[in-house]
Amino acid sequence: MLAFIIRRLAQSVLVMLFVALIAFIVFRYVGDPITAMVGVETRLEDQEIMRERLGLNDPVIVQFLRFIGNAMRGEFGISYRLQQPVTELILSRLPATLELAFASATIALVFGLVLGVYTALRPRSFGSAIIMAASLVGVSLPTFLIGIALIYIFAVELGWFPSFGRGQVVDLGSWRTGLLTESGIRSIILPAITLSLFQLTLIMRLVRAEMLEVLRTEYIRFAKARGLTQRAINFGHALKNTLVPVITITGLQLGSVIAFAIVTETVFQWPGVGSLFIVSVQVVDVPVMAAYLMFIALVFVLINLIVDILYYVVDPRLRVDGGGAGK
Amino acid sequence: MKMAMARLGVALLTSTVLAGAAGAETIRWARASDALTLDPHAQNQGPTHNFNHHIYETLVDRDSEGTLQPRLATEWTLKEDDPIVWVFTLREGVTFHDGAAFTAEDVVFSLDRARSERSNMRQLHADVAEVTAVDDFTVEVRMNGPSPLYPNNLTNTFIMDKDWAETNNVVEVQDYAAGEDNYAVRNTNGTGPYILQSREVDVRSVLTLNENHWDETPQVTEIVYLPITDAATRIAALLSGEVDLVQDVPVQDIDRLSSTQGIKVETGPENRVIYFGYRFGDEPLASSNITDRNPFNDPRVREAMELAIDRDAIASVVMRGQAIPTGVANPPFVDGWTEELNAYPAVDLERARELMAEAGYEDGFTVTLDTPNNRYVNDEAISQAVVGMLGRIGINVTLASRPVAQHSPLVTSNQTDFYLLGWGVPTFDSAYVFNDLVHTKEGNYGAYNGGLYSNPELDEKIKSLGTEVDLDVRRQTMAEIWEVVKAERVLLPIHNQVLAYAMKDNITLPVHPENQPMMTDVTFAN
Repeated sequence: MLAFIIRRLAQSVLVMLFVALIAFIVFRYVGDPITAMVGVETRLEDQEIMRERLGLNDPVIVQFLRFIGNAMRGEFGISYRLQQPVTELILSRLPATLELAFASATIALVFGLVLGVYTALRPRSFGSAIIMAASLVGVSLPTFLIGIALIYIFAVELGWFPSFGRGQVVDLGSWRTGLLTESGIRSIILPAITLSLFQLTLIMRLVRAEMLEVLRTEYIRFAKARGLTQRAINFGHALKNTLVPVITITGLQLGSVIAFAIVTETVFQWPGVGSLFIVSVQVVDVPVMAAYLMFIALVFVLINLIVDILYYVVDPRLRVDGGGAGK
Repeated sequence: MKMAMARLGVALLTSTVLAGAAGAETIRWARASDALTLDPHAQNQGPTHNFNHHIYETLVDRDSEGTLQPRLATEWTLKEDDPIVWVFTLREGVTFHDGAAFTAEDVVFSLDRARSERSNMRQLHADVAEVTAVDDFTVEVRMNGPSPLYPNNLTNTFIMDKDWAETNNVVEVQDYAAGEDNYAVRNTNGTGPYILQSREVDVRSVLTLNENHWDETPQVTEIVYLPITDAATRIAALLSGEVDLVQDVPVQDIDRLSSTQGIKVETGPENRVIYFGYRFGDEPLASSNITDRNPFNDPRVREAMELAIDRDAIASVVMRGQAIPTGVANPPFVDGWTEELNAYPAVDLERARELMAEAGYEDGFTVTLDTPNNRYVNDEAISQAVVGMLGRIGINVTLASRPVAQHSPLVTSNQTDFYLLGWGVPTFDSAYVFNDLVHTKEGNYGAYNGGLYSNPELDEKIKSLGTEVDLDVRRQTMAEIWEVVKAERVLLPIHNQVLAYAMKDNITLPVHPENQPMMTDVTFAN
């Protein structure tokens, strides 16, 4: 077990290094940070002095190694745009993104399950047809369009929810939460729905397909023959057996919810790491971009690692070689 | 626990009551981006200065007509017996937000900090030799040579308190490379009309009235500054009543907003001209099918291009009426601008084709046009329109569109044959245009002369503008330079940008030519 985890960790570190290297190669094509940092009024020779001081004239590989060296010590430098330490910036923005990600994952899971079960149990009903058709819209419409549409309907026309921001936040030490105030709760609803739509559709279709599959199996027929109530069969037996793949997918999707919150955060001016990243790309704020990409890589690597370890725990076949020592 | 909840309830209640009482005087001000820093000398950037103008003050200021006004300095003159020294008389009785008195040593300290190596304001003070305090309320600035227009450079140089800077270890401007942040980036102590209460970068900043400010008390007593990046969301927030004022309004939304009940849009010309530049010299163009000569170097081709470009159509179609077409690469506020220069020829395709034929290009030629796509209002769309217009006289243009961070280096490193650029003139003086766009590219001159135009005679005259103390002679020289620039079509100007602010209709706020509106100018109608 330990050897397995160490091997996976080593692989994860390699993946992170590779992501950093690719990121640094790409940064060369994003544009000139100095042009974005100073106005046209700044003399070219002053710009050159600045470029030299920031080490932007060094070859990519030198910049990359310097970044890795600093990153090892937990140093990600100072944001060119905001002149604040990058680690601090990202940590201060993280709660907003995580709250949004968990809110939308919850919505996706709850509604995905309910609608999935409903459409599986009543596959030919009119309601199911409408839900299935609507789910196609959910998959195919781009997130920003859904976001803008929700803003115009629920914020501008109806005035039910705020159109931007996170509302009033409460400071809990290092975590600023928006979930403890009324305006915070009202603010999270529209962005969470926007972000959840894709996952919701995915989970719903997955549950439906799995459920239809399970309902056709022998043991369900036996259960019916035994005269169990419809309720016990559907929820006690059928649904339980569809949950394993659903949980796996939801877990893996959590990474992409955090990473793909970028668009939703921008549309709703949600002060998370995604909107920080977008603004940083526009002005070529290399330290923030690099740290953000490393962070996202870390999220994916960690989630995959946890999933791998869980599989290892769940599936005895994976244990054959390592477990031999105990015999 | 119960007690805590009750206390929280009371606290929430009081805060709502207070917010209600202050209601009419609070303004919620939304804009596309946040101030980058609160350090007054770390960045030379519009939105940053705009925000900091509410907290810090400058020696002189510019009003919405563009003329210089006294602020922390009440008078400024050249010293009679020594005309390379500027003498500033300071306002008395001014205090910083922490109560410290404002005196000459603060001005000396701030000007020295602004021209220090790490300051991004230093180019504006490049000609300063020495700053000295004569007494508590008089400061002398000795220049390296005659600098008749130096006060124009002071409109964004803020004055800090020397003792506060020393106490908090912010005598030096932030060093990016050092990897530590500076106290002044997030904390302020100015003399301005508002005091910073709270700030969450990119989210919201709250400013409240400075009761001890020397000037008249403004109507706005609280400012809530809200950066909203996405244009559609920004407009939605105004429509839903969550903000009172939107500073960056996309041109396509102006008509709709003006016709929405309860909302009005103020527009006015910005101090920024949009123009095209092209490559001069005999060397063939890198991106053209003409490989033995440079078509742009032929004045007939440049004239043909001007005759083929329909500025009125660009203004009415691409800009939806939100642009002022112009025949000179100089915004109307700027010293040296005249009606005659501003005139532009009507479109004449027949004559343009004749000129092309005379120049030997009856079959036209190809060239690549480099355009930014995120810097100026509809910049890419303007370039697309010009591609079509030049196509009518046989110039086959390929469009290369990039974000400004990639576009700008092409111009400064002369890697473009044909490009779009915008130019604002913060000094409100033509010399600023000539120095960077017209003078031969050498040393500190011609940084954005991406077409490498070079005219030694003009260079001499441009240099003389920097030191000429007689304003009439100076103006005459400027007129002569503009005459040549216009006749030779050194630049191909298109229009001046128009700014639009959208607000609730009980608010009045005039458009500021440098896009730096002050909330002290806001008035409410009841």
